[in-house]
Amino acid sequence: MAELEPAISARGVCKDFGGFEVLRDIDLDVATGTTTCILGPSGSGKSTFLRCLNWLEEPSAGDILIQGKPIGRTGLGRDAKRMARNELAAARTSIAMVFQHFALWPHLTVLGNVAEAPVHVLGRPRHEVEAEGRAILARVGLAEKADAYPHTLSGGQKQRVAISRALAMKPKVILFDEPTSALDPEMVGEVLAVIRGLAQDGLTMVVVTHEMAFARKVADTIVFMDAGRVREVATPHDFFANPQSERTKRFIARS
Amino acid sequence: MSGILVSWQYRDVFLWGVANTLSLVLGCLVLSVPLGILGAIMLTEAPAPLRRLFAELVDLLRCVPFLLLAYVVYYGLPELGLRLDPWWAGLVSLTLYNTAYLVEIFRAAFLGIARDNIEAAQAFGLSRSLLYRRIILPQVAITAAPVIGNQVITTIRDSALLMIITVQELTFAANFVSANAFAPFAPFAAAVGLYLLMSLAIEAGVRRMERMRRVRYG
Repeated sequence: MAELEPAISARGVCKDFGGFEVLRDIDLDVATGTTTCILGPSGSGKSTFLRCLNWLEEPSAGDILIQGKPIGRTGLGRDAKRMARNELAAARTSIAMVFQHFALWPHLTVLGNVAEAPVHVLGRPRHEVEAEGRAILARVGLAEKADAYPHTLSGGQKQRVAISRALAMKPKVILFDEPTSALDPEMVGEVLAVIRGLAQDGLTMVVVTHEMAFARKVADTIVFMDAGRVREVATPHDFFANPQSERTKRFIARS
Repeated sequence: MSGILVSWQYRDVFLWGVANTLSLVLGCLVLSVPLGILGAIMLTEAPAPLRRLFAELVDLLRCVPFLLLAYVVYYGLPELGLRLDPWWAGLVSLTLYNTAYLVEIFRAAFLGIARDNIEAAQAFGLSRSLLYRRIILPQVAITAAPVIGNQVITTIRDSALLMIITVQELTFAANFVSANAFAPFAPFAAAVGLYLLMSLAIEAGVRRMERMRRVRYG
């Protein structure tokens, strides 16, 4: 049964860097259990927008709500007080993130990376978290790498560990920031296959990507961004078969 | 030959010297490592005016010759009403001096940690204190170990200067034996050997950390 409350909503999100407007008045609702792919040319603000969703970037204006609760500020609107650091940290536990360059913690083993936040942030018992962590790693095909250190892994394996680390938090939403852009071509498939499996399981995900074929197959909703604005929000079928704007048509034609 | 024999007869004096050198260096480490970490955190996190002030203080300490600092602590502080025993004055000056260097070492090591690593910690809801305890400091311990080992060896060497303020450390002991037994060479050679042993022990510790780094970081 679909929940009425969107998993994430962005309302009027703006971001400027030193007078340059990177994001202009972005509204977006991500329904629970759906996969949203954000497409767009480089420099269109996709990644910045994604990073606003968990306040790694602070929006210059606008609100972000996670299941109806504001993150980053204690209320709605520009005048609402910023969350204290620990409040923001607590709010972030429901949104996990997968980074373009993996960002694994190099001093921890694979299982250590997966268990770190559930044990130390959520305060769950280590043995329980590790058992779950091993199951997650088995699922992404890395059961035998649990005790390895990240530097011994390939890019594709590192990204699957990063996804496992996100899953171990049992988050309400997972954000993916160009998860395959730093990978060799032959490793892209193994990572996309994992993400696709998660989509089929009904996880809520927001994926910034350049992989058009993947977006077409996996997304429930495609968001097309250009020059800091959302130009189009559509189902994959409508987006590719029946693009609404000239800009979208040109983008699809070129890729 | 007779010099060696004489040095052996005075072995208790040497042992006393080694004990004082070691207790000073260890005491200095126990104090200056946490202080250095705190200082580096402050240089990274404190509001700008405070940070600048602290950075100036650290720079000042680093450009004072150690001997001068020891003089100031031992002979100067009594003027302010604080009179310390030689050993304590030695510990205070070693700690001050060493902390200034460690602050810079730790700060550089903090900067060396990949930015995305820290960002990932923030994205997963780690608090500031968890970020330092679980992500930054363990990596710093591994990556900065060789530099810190070097700094410890420097501290052992600096501690020899404390004989000037009458701390009975190893160089003081060698000097004492040399003067009392009229042996100009062997007591100092013995002291050099003992300093070497201490440095080798530190080196061995650093090599262990280095092995750990290779296993983890490749």
